[in-house]
Amino acid sequence: MPYTDSTIRLLNQDGTLVQGDGLDQYHQAIAHLTESDFREFYRVMNVVRRFDIEAGNLQRQGHMALWVPSIGQEAAQVGSAFASRPQDHIFPAYREHTVAYVRGLDLLDIIRMLRGVTNGGWDPQQTNNFHLYTLVLATQTLHATGYAMGIGYDGACSTGNPDKDEAVMVYFGDGASSEGDTNEALVFAQSYQTPQVFFLQNNHWAISVPVRVQSRTPLFERAAGFGLPSVQIDGNDALMSYAATRLSLDAARAGQGPQFIEALTYRIGAHTTSDDPTKYRDEDELAFWQAHDPIDRFRAFLEAQGVEGSFFDSVAEEAEDYAADIRRRTLAIEDPPLENIFRHVFTEDHSVMNDEWEWLKEYTQSLEEGQ
Amino acid sequence: MHELPMAKAINEGLRTAMVENNKVMVMGEDIAQLGGVFRVTEGLQEQFGPSRVVDTPLAESGIVGTAIGLAMRGYRPVCEIQFDGFIYPAFDQIVTQLAKQTARHEGTQTFPVVIRVPYGGHIGAVEHHQESPEAYFAHTAGLRVISPATPHDAFWMIQQAIASDDPVIFLEPKSRYWHKGPVDDAKPAPAMTEAAVVREGTDVTLVGHGAMVSMLLQAAEVAQGEGVSVEVVDLRSLSPIDYRTIEDSVTKTQRLVVAQEAPSHASVGSEIAATMTEKAFYLMEAPVLRVSGFNTPFPPARLESQYLPDVDRILDTVDRSMAF
Repeated sequence: MPYTDSTIRLLNQDGTLVQGDGLDQYHQAIAHLTESDFREFYRVMNVVRRFDIEAGNLQRQGHMALWVPSIGQEAAQVGSAFASRPQDHIFPAYREHTVAYVRGLDLLDIIRMLRGVTNGGWDPQQTNNFHLYTLVLATQTLHATGYAMGIGYDGACSTGNPDKDEAVMVYFGDGASSEGDTNEALVFAQSYQTPQVFFLQNNHWAISVPVRVQSRTPLFERAAGFGLPSVQIDGNDALMSYAATRLSLDAARAGQGPQFIEALTYRIGAHTTSDDPTKYRDEDELAFWQAHDPIDRFRAFLEAQGVEGSFFDSVAEEAEDYAADIRRRTLAIEDPPLENIFRHVFTEDHSVMNDEWEWLKEYTQSLEEGQ
Repeated sequence: MHELPMAKAINEGLRTAMVENNKVMVMGEDIAQLGGVFRVTEGLQEQFGPSRVVDTPLAESGIVGTAIGLAMRGYRPVCEIQFDGFIYPAFDQIVTQLAKQTARHEGTQTFPVVIRVPYGGHIGAVEHHQESPEAYFAHTAGLRVISPATPHDAFWMIQQAIASDDPVIFLEPKSRYWHKGPVDDAKPAPAMTEAAVVREGTDVTLVGHGAMVSMLLQAAEVAQGEGVSVEVVDLRSLSPIDYRTIEDSVTKTQRLVVAQEAPSHASVGSEIAATMTEKAFYLMEAPVLRVSGFNTPFPPARLESQYLPDVDRILDTVDRSMAF
């Protein structure tokens, strides 16, 4: 059974709300959300899923080296992203397309990176503190922790004002939980009591290796060994993701130290377009998670709230338009200029590299003249 | 102008940089209360407090990884790695992250992180405490790699490293920590990217860095008595390498010997030999010769004096060069 006795949720798969012991704080954490917020959650999940499908198609058609699908993980991401505050800093891994969208990134920037036009793609200062994707697993956990240490040294948290106090959110996966960097980040975070939330999306697979190879212990229980409060949530429940993240981020920003959330979810697609999950995954497992689809669940919730059918149609239409726009703009991306090989490697002159660039310019010129 | 051992000169350089810019902070293992195992950071926490002089958990990747995050926040962290042979747990953060972050961010953010590393032999220590790992870092684009040979350079170059917006691997020749030399805090050293001719001569050029420079100067003195005029170039920067200074020297001497404690295979010395052969083939009367550590693990300390190049091995190599 992919969920455990510890998994908490606010939304059942049929869209009904869960009540019960210990859930009061989470219900309170979502009490300020309005129907318009709920519609927005749904809209974002649909737009990004449609984007994701389009990006996969573009890769298959040769317009990208690679695509990293996030289908199935939209609820964990939409809830946690909306729970962050504008002043927060978000350190993603590389599958956080929904978080990126919520923080205001033009998703074409992700395509530009995976197309091979840039190794980065955006300036975090222009994307509401949504930092660059990090391809070396878990390295971002330490960057996030260092950043959060800096917030502490700056006195930019723990003042008691949640609209000003800053916090950091770092996303990582079940595979990355085994990396030394994740464990070192937890040590540093606890040591310096950083204003930080570790958000683990357990999507059950690290390429072809199941989570049981990473850990025989539920991953959220590991946090206790580091001294962090932790919770295991149903990651396909957008409301639960919002509630748990809101409480954890606000606890962290208020000076209560780092927090840990394990969101149980599932990577419906492949790790990337380079692998075939039918080679290593069980059909029954996939069927279980398809039956727990996060968007279906949220639609059932909205329908139960009385949201009219035309809303869902208009969202579907918007998602189609968004995908078409992405396709059009992807096909218009130009290759970077040759000089980008050398640009920004250093901020000041580096004589060896300068000589190489001068040589390359002359060499390419000589080829052109020879033609 | 005052006389200081190199360890104290670096301490003074750190102190000066921290006074000038309150974003400069130092972090590492045992650096705060203890002042570092070599006492390079002694007294800094007393003066600047625990948020600018930070004892870290014992995890090198954690030190460098969090320094990257602190740099994103606007700090200028100076990390201490306790010994050369302990830097490898941080290798991933240095090579895949720190070195490439500025390029990955397309220049929109800078990563002014300095990583201080006591390196090199001659101290009779156990395994992993005497190595010269410079080639790994000089091979990686995006890192500046520098090494001072004198207290005066150490005082100034640590400040230059901190002021640079690029990541800098700052290699401290630990066998020179306790040797005193003049430090003039009114007369800045040349830019850290420049090599320096530290002894003029006409017959052969010797190039080295860090602790090797004093060895080369001793060899030059002996050679003088034997009628060979040796010019000594202190590299100071291993990435980038200041080839112009080397080329100017070789134009005069027409012979080049490169000395280093590191093993020769795929080393900085080998890179200089290859590049100078390309640049100055017709100028030279002899092939570029290298004198290096052997291509073995650093041996048990009782054998290090035979493993590391000494004055005699340098002179032997000078003789071989002169024989062409």
